[in-house]
Amino acid sequence: MTKLTPVLSAHWDEKDSFTIEGYKRHGGYKAAEKALAMNPDDVIQMIKDSGLRGRGGAGFPTGMKWGFIPQGDNKDHYLVVNADESEPGTCKDTPLLMANPHVLIEGCIIACHAIRAKQAFIYIRGEVTHVVRRVNQAITDAYKAGHLGNGVDIVLHVGAGAYICGEETALLDSLEGFRGQPRLRPPFPAIAGLYAKPTVVNNVESIASVPAIIANGAEWYQSMGTEKSKGATLYSLSGHVNNPGQFEAPLGITLREILELAGGVRTGHKLKFWTPGGSSTPIFTDAHLDIPLDYEGVAAAGSMLGTKALQIFDETTCVVRAVLRWTEFYKHESCGKCTPCREGTWWLVQILRDLESGVGTEADLEKLLDLCDNIMGRSFCALGDGATSPITSSIKYFRDEYIAHLTNGGCPFDPVQSTLFVGASK
Amino acid sequence: MSSAHSVDPTLNQEIMNSIVARYPRKRSAIMPLLHYVQSVAGYVTNSGIENIAEMLEIATAEVSAVATFYTQYKFSPIGEYHVGVCTNTLCAVMGGDAIFSALKEHLGIENDGVTADGKVSLEHIECNAACDYAPVVMANWEFYDNQTVESAKALVDGARAGNPPAPTRGPNRLVTYKQASAVLAGLDDGLAGEGVQAGAATLLGLDIARAAEKGGK
Ligand SMILES: Cc1cc2nc3c(=O)[nH]c(=O)nc-3n(C[C@H](O)[C@H](O)[C@H](O)COP(=O)(O)O)c2cc1C
Ligand code: SF4
Ligand code: FES
Repeated sequence: MTKLTPVLSAHWDEKDSFTIEGYKRHGGYKAAEKALAMNPDDVIQMIKDSGLRGRGGAGFPTGMKWGFIPQGDNKDHYLVVNADESEPGTCKDTPLLMANPHVLIEGCIIACHAIRAKQAFIYIRGEVTHVVRRVNQAITDAYKAGHLGNGVDIVLHVGAGAYICGEETALLDSLEGFRGQPRLRPPFPAIAGLYAKPTVVNNVESIASVPAIIANGAEWYQSMGTEKSKGATLYSLSGHVNNPGQFEAPLGITLREILELAGGVRTGHKLKFWTPGGSSTPIFTDAHLDIPLDYEGVAAAGSMLGTKALQIFDETTCVVRAVLRWTEFYKHESCGKCTPCREGTWWLVQILRDLESGVGTEADLEKLLDLCDNIMGRSFCALGDGATSPITSSIKYFRDEYIAHLTNGGCPFDPVQSTLFVGASK
Repeated sequence: MSSAHSVDPTLNQEIMNSIVARYPRKRSAIMPLLHYVQSVAGYVTNSGIENIAEMLEIATAEVSAVATFYTQYKFSPIGEYHVGVCTNTLCAVMGGDAIFSALKEHLGIENDGVTADGKVSLEHIECNAACDYAPVVMANWEFYDNQTVESAKALVDGARAGNPPAPTRGPNRLVTYKQASAVLAGLDDGLAGEGVQAGAATLLGLDIARAAEKGGK
């Protein structure tokens, strides 16, 4: 028996799954019809009852977020869908939108009804031309079919390459036409979001999960998952495995179970370290194979479920190299607004470079940890916190490997061994 | 405010106005307008910035401040085919670093460089949300999945010869950088229906679930 529960992914194997015809063949837009006939408060209650939690990383209960929108305030309300998907390792929203953009549009219609919004924006990262085409076509076709334009409008907004614009308040600034830099909270977007109006910001997968909940009921959704992490979700398996890909399963499945389905770690190799939810979540090792991959289970083991981006690295991978590369990413993507992150990530990179090339000293490890200590919790937004995760967790599990770079006078690994084409002819 | 000299005659003011009209407040149109300028000029020109500032009734410095924040906006001509090699950790480790250095050598250019014939430019990029297809290369922001040094060389050679291979998850042929920029500006090029709905990795879990369902019955 497989634990897999394809719902979002149920029809992705049909060639026209991204078209409105393909979507309607399986009851598409019926859930919106049902929801529009309901009282908005009942829709919110249903999402609350389902237990759906935000799939953008933090796992905040979606129904509760919708409930924060003030009602009867005579203001415009907005729904903003976060399709920026840029956290390293994260690759679920992009294939979802390529294979079935209509489920997101239907989710937007339902969510807008619930929060009494007339206008939704989908903020998509700019580096995915074909996904932009697909979503735009879906919006056009939904207008033609009358699903949009009769109370709800959707605008697709295409980003231009900035990881920080995935952070919801930076995203709002970017959408208003400014540099994408985070805002001070409070006020939270529910009170003063886009154009200072009450705004819900939700991840693609969160909104895309809504139509099935409306169609099948909160109890059906509740029946999947674990006590506090309800439902099913997309786990994205990548890296040194025999078969990488997307696995839709109830929350609480373990990496061991997913690896079994995926044909295991690359043949002839063994698991060394992995991320449970993207590069901003502290790494795990082979000691964590049986941790339930739900919000509580991963947190109890010292990391975060994040975006469920399971990046697998085998024993050929140098952890110092991996961490340095992620740190260079954070340095590059730091928006520069606050000092701990802007200056801190710069110093982290310098020290890690020295360590990797074997010219640092053991005292540098303490300096790294001290820097992380000063960035974590002192940064303006969670990018700074996330930048420290790979460093502190890797030193915790692989301190010896950092030291080995020093005693070896450089990296003891052969980078060719970790590539997929090792052994192939040049 | 309107002074005719801020209007760039190469830019279609009607299209630009239609972009502005999408939003409740016009300043929100700044990013798609910058993509639009790139679709005409190939990069963000000074006259394009002036035209946008004029249209949105803000200072040119404000437009520049936004444009320089985002890495996809370029300020000098780049290649007709802009190639990005993912060198974020996972792709790097699995072959992205090897692909990137091989392409630099093969093309004789550095990061952010353009070949002398103007055909290909090269950039190392961050995670492009396709890690289950690592190592990943993007050309004009279309997916080239599961790349090797050889396939990436074939991509740039094809691009230089004017017949690049088709993306693995994208339309049946690779459009130019300018044409792709128009899509990012929100303009329809009619190609949404082309290409696969999903790649093999995307379908892996579904395929396994289907097989189990059959076997279980
Ligand atoms: C640096 C940074 C990047 C983020 N990137 C994304 C992203 O690409 N997509 C996303 O949905 N959430 C991202 N988030 C989380 C958002 O701020 C926000 O919590 C989320 O979109 C809320 O949606 P949800 O409640 O449906 O999970 C990011 C957060 C940070 C700090
Ligand atoms: S933590 Fe980093 S990304 Fe966030 S506001 Fe500060 S400088 Fe910007
Ligand atoms: S690391 Fe290359 S696509 Fe994610």
